[in-house]
Amino acid sequence: MTLSVVSGETLAQRLREAAPNSVVDWDETAVWVEPSSLGSVASALHGDADFDFKFLNAISAIDFVEHFELVYHLTSIAKQHTGMVRSRVYGREEPTAASVVGVWKGADFQEREIWDLMGVRFTGHPNMKRIMLWEGFEGHPLRKDFL
Amino acid sequence: MTIRTEPMTVNVGPQHPSTHGVFRVRITFDGEDIVEVEPVLGYLHRGTEKLAEERNYVQVVTLTDRLDYTSSMINNQAYCLAVEQLLGIEPPPRGKYLRTLAAELQRIASHLIAVGFFVQELGAFGTPLMYTFRSRERILDLFEMLCGARITVSYMRPGGVFADTPPDFWPALDQFLNEFEGELEEIENLLLSNEILMVRTRGVSPLPADVAINCSVSGPVLRASGVNWDWRKIAPYDAYDQVEFDIPVGENGDNYDRFWVRMQEVRQSLRIVRQCVAQIEPGTVRRELPMVLRAAPGAEAYGRVEASKGELGFFLVSDGGVSPYRCKIRSPSLINLTITEHLLLGWKLADMIVSLGSVDINMGEVDR
Amino acid sequence: MRCVTNAEGMLSADGVLGGNPLFYFIYSAVGHVAPCWLSYLIAGLVIMLILINAVLLGAAVVSWGERRLLGRFQNRVGPNRWGPFGAFQPIADLTKLVTKEDIIPYGADKLAFTAVPVIMVAAVLLGTAVLPFAKDVALVDLNVGVLFVLAVSSLTSIAIFTAGWASNNRYALFGAGRAVAVLLSYEVPVVLSLLGVVIVAGSMSLGDIVHAQTVPFFLVQPLAFFVFIAGMSAELNRTPFDVAEAESEIIAGYHTEYSGIKFALIQAAEFGGVLVVSGLIATLFLAGWAGPVADWLGWLWFLIKVFIGIFLFVWIRSTYPRLRLDQIMAVCWKFLMPLSIINLVAVVLEVFFLRDASGSLSTADLWIMTAINMVVAGGSILFFGRFIREKVRTEEPSANPPSQVVPGVPTIGMG
Repeated sequence: MTLSVVSGETLAQRLREAAPNSVVDWDETAVWVEPSSLGSVASALHGDADFDFKFLNAISAIDFVEHFELVYHLTSIAKQHTGMVRSRVYGREEPTAASVVGVWKGADFQEREIWDLMGVRFTGHPNMKRIMLWEGFEGHPLRKDFL
Repeated sequence: MTIRTEPMTVNVGPQHPSTHGVFRVRITFDGEDIVEVEPVLGYLHRGTEKLAEERNYVQVVTLTDRLDYTSSMINNQAYCLAVEQLLGIEPPPRGKYLRTLAAELQRIASHLIAVGFFVQELGAFGTPLMYTFRSRERILDLFEMLCGARITVSYMRPGGVFADTPPDFWPALDQFLNEFEGELEEIENLLLSNEILMVRTRGVSPLPADVAINCSVSGPVLRASGVNWDWRKIAPYDAYDQVEFDIPVGENGDNYDRFWVRMQEVRQSLRIVRQCVAQIEPGTVRRELPMVLRAAPGAEAYGRVEASKGELGFFLVSDGGVSPYRCKIRSPSLINLTITEHLLLGWKLADMIVSLGSVDINMGEVDR
Repeated sequence: MRCVTNAEGMLSADGVLGGNPLFYFIYSAVGHVAPCWLSYLIAGLVIMLILINAVLLGAAVVSWGERRLLGRFQNRVGPNRWGPFGAFQPIADLTKLVTKEDIIPYGADKLAFTAVPVIMVAAVLLGTAVLPFAKDVALVDLNVGVLFVLAVSSLTSIAIFTAGWASNNRYALFGAGRAVAVLLSYEVPVVLSLLGVVIVAGSMSLGDIVHAQTVPFFLVQPLAFFVFIAGMSAELNRTPFDVAEAESEIIAGYHTEYSGIKFALIQAAEFGGVLVVSGLIATLFLAGWAGPVADWLGWLWFLIKVFIGIFLFVWIRSTYPRLRLDQIMAVCWKFLMPLSIINLVAVVLEVFFLRDASGSLSTADLWIMTAINMVVAGGSILFFGRFIREKVRTEEPSANPPSQVVPGVPTIGMG
């Protein structure tokens, strides 16, 4: 009944086998992965019997000006633990990351929102349209340079 | 001879009597059957996350009221927990209990709205809605005594709540608790065994547990699918580890189960409120904190609560300044909408509205 | 002058309006100064004016009464601002609606769109023509009164479909499609249930039916009463059968696009419909004007019985949610149809065995029928009720595997 946290190191070790060349960095709480390999990382974590991350809590995007950071909060309902996967996306013109909709359907609206408000494109998303603002809106409001 | 039929696309919303605000969904009908669904959001988008970057940590509390305006207390609580996690502080016990109490009262109020509108959408002409609103109104009166506001409460602050209770609050709460029991029974008698309600909702739009989990659904919708997942139990916050309550779970996640789970949760919340009243002790309600809060540069916190709609999370990132560098809101209503297509496809026009009502979305939270 | 002197003979030969004392009074008074055809016309117009005003005023009272009653049912006050107990509220509503812009949507069929409210009000007004308001007081006591009422009430379905089609609005089209399906289906059990009434009364004239009710027919034929109320709820688009204007689903159904005076007329037709149908229930099943001192107080008993009908409709409306369209059709064809047929067969057999040589039934016979039919009604409603419950249910999927349950968390299940 108590919630434990899977450390970034454990995640990184497992990911190095399951999704080669994806891990960039790790610390106590999170593991950083390549944005292009997010899809394979997601399916590895989703399918892994020990991690069993079936539940995606939230995807957050943070604009650190020199890069965007995507934060995936994950939970396993069966094992009652949480984990965090992060990814640095570089470039301000057309930053792209791989979509995880194929693994977690719950990422659908969140990825669209991140594209809409933060301007990070997700490849492989079936419906990569703006969600809050209308098509044709210029700029991405949550970026630090928007206003 | 075959009769040629033609699918018909209808914009349900943003102006529609029962899409819970300005939700719009573009639906293609074949006769009365739904063949295509596309939710269109953003009519109430106010940029709360961007606004939060311009205000200091305490001021953001007022923004959270306006997210899910039917459960502002719980929004306050989620945000304050996130800030407390960010600063590494903890409210005094009385503050914790007051928060728990206010949040549970708010959960009752929010579920009453959900149930009332759910039955309203089934076509009951206002009677159940009026019954539930009668009780909700009394909860709002209690809130007014607590903090002077009924909807946009801004009652909680990082480090506790902003003021202790006025002396006449406790007798009023007692009276409410005693009379609400009877009012709740009236509502249950009217609804829970209503034959028409049963045939309209049982087995309609079921949501299997694996689909619910994959779609990141949380709250009563997830529990109705048979998963007893409740953050109040899994990772207790505030005074939830001091009180006893059960988690109602449904069986197959159909509309009736979602409705039933909410009705039961009202009972459980009532139980929690009673325990809070019994256990609360005098003391300070808020930690002494500087006027302007500052977190360490690079600090991060994800504070989450079990809101009435589901898991409400605030992901705060600090750069050492007086306001959050980034304030991401994980809104349960938006993410619960992921299942729209799964719930609606293949069902009828009449079931569409009911299924949407059973998910209990709030546009203030969906669009933020 | 000749009209007056010859009036009696001419009018009684004419039949229509002949027995009406008010008509006769106006006719003879005007006949002193005007030619026959003109005095006939004027007298007819005056009567019509009175009746139209009475019905529309009645509709206003019904709308106020319904809102007050709904308020009481729902723990609120209801309209109480203008007039005693808010009784002038309909006037305020009407003033508001009349002063609103009358919008005809782009692409609408203007003629059909405009004709609909008129047809709807006309249908309601025609229905009142044969109702006996007090002892032997009716505009006209047609010998085919029941048939006339049924025919006139079917006009509404044509008007509703025209409204949905002419509005150029998809919600209106949904409403129209639903309304036609529901109205046409519910005609059948309603007519079958009325057949039983006609057979027992031995006449289709509403006046004779009231006279025949030495025992009120809701006791003699409880099944017919039940089917008639259910069917008429559907005809009036009231819960639990109000799919045609289901507010939470299709905005307002067929009258989504109506505004201003047209909307007011449709509302008047709707509330007038409740009035007329309650009048029918009172006449056909609650013995109309019959009661103590019926010669003098017939109108009072009639009004009280009409009010009982209205109260019943408001009560049902304030309590029950709405059924789905397919469920409504199932209730019609698989529940009300068998019930009305059972009622018809039972009544035919009873009348066949109980009638005397002249073919009429005594009060004692009616009480025997009451006893038998109560048992039949109870049994068949129980039996078909269970049957229909199975039929309208949606198949429930099997419950989830228990692997999704987190251990150690106190849980209450649905069992």
